[in-house]
Amino acid sequence: MANHTIAHDVYVPFLEKKGILSWILSTDHKRIGIMYLISISFFFLVAGVFALLLRYELLTPTSDFVQPHTYNVFFTLHGSIMVFFFIVPGLAASFGNFLIPLMIGAPDVAFPKLNLGSYWIYLLGTVIVLIALAKPADTGWTFYTPYSATTNTDVVMITLGVFVLGFSSILTGLNFIVTIHKMRAPGMTWHRLPLFIWASYATAVLQLLATPVVGITLLLLIMERTLGVGFFDPAKGGDPILFQNFFWFYSHPAVYIMIIPAMGVISEIIPVFARKPIFGYKAIAYSSLGIAFISFLVWAHHMFTSGISDTAATIFSFLTFLVAIPTAIKVFNWTATLYKGSIHLHSAMLYALAFVFLFTIGGLTGLFLGALASDIHLHDTYFVVAHMHYVMIGGTVMGFFGALHFWFPKWFGKMFNETVAKIAWLFIFIGFNVTFFPQFFLGVQGMPRRYATYPAEFESLMSLSTYGSWILGFGIFIMTINLIAGLINGEKAPQNPYGSLSLEWQVPSPPPLENFEEIPHVTDWTYGYGKKK
Amino acid sequence: MTWIPEVASNLASKVDGVLLLITLLSLVFFILITIVLVYFAIKYRRKREDEETPYITGSEPLEIIWTVIPSILLIVLFIYGFVVFKDMRTPPEDSVEVTVQGKQWLWTFDYYNGKKTINELYVQQNRPVRLVMEAQDVLHSFFVPGFRVKQDLVPGRYTQLWFTPTKIGTFDIFCAEYCGTGHSAMLGKVVVLSPEAYEIWEKGVKAEEGAGVASLPPAELGEKIYKEKGCNACHSVDGSTLVGPSFKGIFGHSVELQDGSTVDVDENYVKQSIFEPQAQVVKGFAPVMPSFKGILSDEDVTALVAYIKTLK
Ligand code: HEM
Ligand SMILES: [Cu+2]
Repeated sequence: MANHTIAHDVYVPFLEKKGILSWILSTDHKRIGIMYLISISFFFLVAGVFALLLRYELLTPTSDFVQPHTYNVFFTLHGSIMVFFFIVPGLAASFGNFLIPLMIGAPDVAFPKLNLGSYWIYLLGTVIVLIALAKPADTGWTFYTPYSATTNTDVVMITLGVFVLGFSSILTGLNFIVTIHKMRAPGMTWHRLPLFIWASYATAVLQLLATPVVGITLLLLIMERTLGVGFFDPAKGGDPILFQNFFWFYSHPAVYIMIIPAMGVISEIIPVFARKPIFGYKAIAYSSLGIAFISFLVWAHHMFTSGISDTAATIFSFLTFLVAIPTAIKVFNWTATLYKGSIHLHSAMLYALAFVFLFTIGGLTGLFLGALASDIHLHDTYFVVAHMHYVMIGGTVMGFFGALHFWFPKWFGKMFNETVAKIAWLFIFIGFNVTFFPQFFLGVQGMPRRYATYPAEFESLMSLSTYGSWILGFGIFIMTINLIAGLINGEKAPQNPYGSLSLEWQVPSPPPLENFEEIPHVTDWTYGYGKKK
Repeated sequence: MTWIPEVASNLASKVDGVLLLITLLSLVFFILITIVLVYFAIKYRRKREDEETPYITGSEPLEIIWTVIPSILLIVLFIYGFVVFKDMRTPPEDSVEVTVQGKQWLWTFDYYNGKKTINELYVQQNRPVRLVMEAQDVLHSFFVPGFRVKQDLVPGRYTQLWFTPTKIGTFDIFCAEYCGTGHSAMLGKVVVLSPEAYEIWEKGVKAEEGAGVASLPPAELGEKIYKEKGCNACHSVDGSTLVGPSFKGIFGHSVELQDGSTVDVDENYVKQSIFEPQAQVVKGFAPVMPSFKGILSDEDVTALVAYIKTLK
């Protein structure tokens, strides 16, 4: 066919066109992925600055840097921005967009215009929340009623912003589900799919099914504040516990919206740098779906002390332990994949190993919170803060950084400085543990979370945690500079620098506009490392 | 540094049992995974670019083993946690009952004998106590680390909590559910008394009357409010310094503020300090006082001023 020969000689990378319009009007999934990447990275850094300010205030027991109200605003913004603007859209929208069509051998997602629309909705949501900063909310990212219904800060705007973001999430999920069902290249059967695709699929299902619930909940809260309708305020005949049930019915699955894509990333990185097929492919693939399903049934484990019935607490504790099983299986599988491998400790691989290590700590400490008796003591203390950050940073953010370093050459066609990347990794790894590990002890000793001031007996561990946050912040700073420097004047990247077998590495870096000159025919799964030809 | 707060209630040792078992199991898994991970990462480091690797895709026996064993352990943990939880939720018939109200940002305790305290809960050693709790405004959570108990207070519904204190002494009460600006200042103490001391406390000071206080002379009413509304937790009347400045002899004098300026202590200053405590903070003190807006009325403030005037 004639046009094929033409395409052969004229390789036009998708980054070729310049100018702002070529970005903001582009329906190319790769460009949309990059726009998401830039947006979420920006919000990650903003929320990270809030984190450093929070920790700075907590260096000493008294309020000597900011007043309690300001502290409360800081942790509300830190938590809300990290959760709703960075980590929930996060990997799913940025790497999901970039990689799904490339990995399944498709020219684009199923609905490219809808995809661009989703991004615009995301931006709209962020703008609304920026407006809300004029009188920032002080409710915490959980917006618990009745406080959120009565505080005189601007709760309506921020929840409205999150409500709008929800649509972006739902539409992206929908788009990915259809793409994965309908656009796989010939021969790309379900059992040949890369695990990142399985993870994205499970995530998309969660986004589609769970997000509407938080949307409605926030809408009810807005109605309560503006119209005085009593859904949650007992003074108006409402029920504050109902809000928590609604909120966690979304937000618990949301935890998996955050973490499952990262698990997918780890399942891609480890085989490549160990040159081994992933161990227990089907167990990993189906456990993603299993986790997604069970995650709808465990929400009340955030509410053991809230006044729900003892029977409910017992059932939810049991279901919570069920979710631990598929999670543990994944950790074992990743570890086993290394066995007899040929392991290259590239910076992406270091992030993947850090993920397995830190996520194991995050997961195991979850057991303390799943068991009823111990949760009563630890709930709403720094133990929870530590556990949550081990899962979110130790898990998702490590996955995110790993993905950044792994696919960087493919996205941008440039290389970054590998030595600097490793140094940054070391700072991040050490800083993270110094920041958050002491918090497990603080929690066991009874230090409650969301405290602007604290009793003097906690001072030594609290200030240690603050010093850790400086090391961590410094590591992230070096990493950012290194990647930006690579972007500006990094060496040209080869097509497949690590010898990966998956499809996205079989096209030039950066990929051409329509991904593949010819839709590939897939004859084997993605993980055939070490297979005798 | 201690690992865990003092064991000060009957429930604490049980909860610690659960904590200990989970800690041990977690440590076993954690150490195992870490050792294997690090060992593999070192042993199988890539030495040559063209190294061959075996094609291993899984192992059914292994996968069954590492699914079944953790599942069994998890069920054991669940059951253990549940058994202790049941104890924590089942108060004995003969418990002493105390009603707890949480509001921004203090605790009030009403006892069976009509006594009432703020931010200090008096209980007797080795005698079970059942707290019946309600919040006045937003969610709060009653948390005593030394007792390993925690329960949210919810507006519009009662929740309960029980424990048997086993150690004489005072123990921290924290508010563990975020409740607004003064959340981290919503602190209290449980005072555990010996049976003898408890008897004296029980019979000692006259029980407060509650309603009808409005008919008292202003200075007396002020004193009552001072004690009932928790001012006494932070401000002494004998010149000693607690969390806040003492009230003794301040009226009519001037005080130095944080920014170096001075202000005369008059009616307006007292009122502002009660309603907007952060506006003018006395030098040397942390701005931790919660606002009493909505808790105290203007008449209450007038009474308090009258009372403070008497403290020469
Ligand atoms: C850069 C390192 C980070 C530091 C030093 C840090 C520090 C903190 C601190 C001090 C708090 C307040 C704890 C409390 O009083 O309850 C907090 C809360 C929180 N953080 Fe982070 N954080 C970091 C990164 C992250 C990341 C990456 C995420 C998620 C993507 C995250 C999510 C949260 C959430 C959801 C809360 C709860 C907010 C709330 O209580 O309302 N943090 N963090
Ligand atoms: Cu409170």
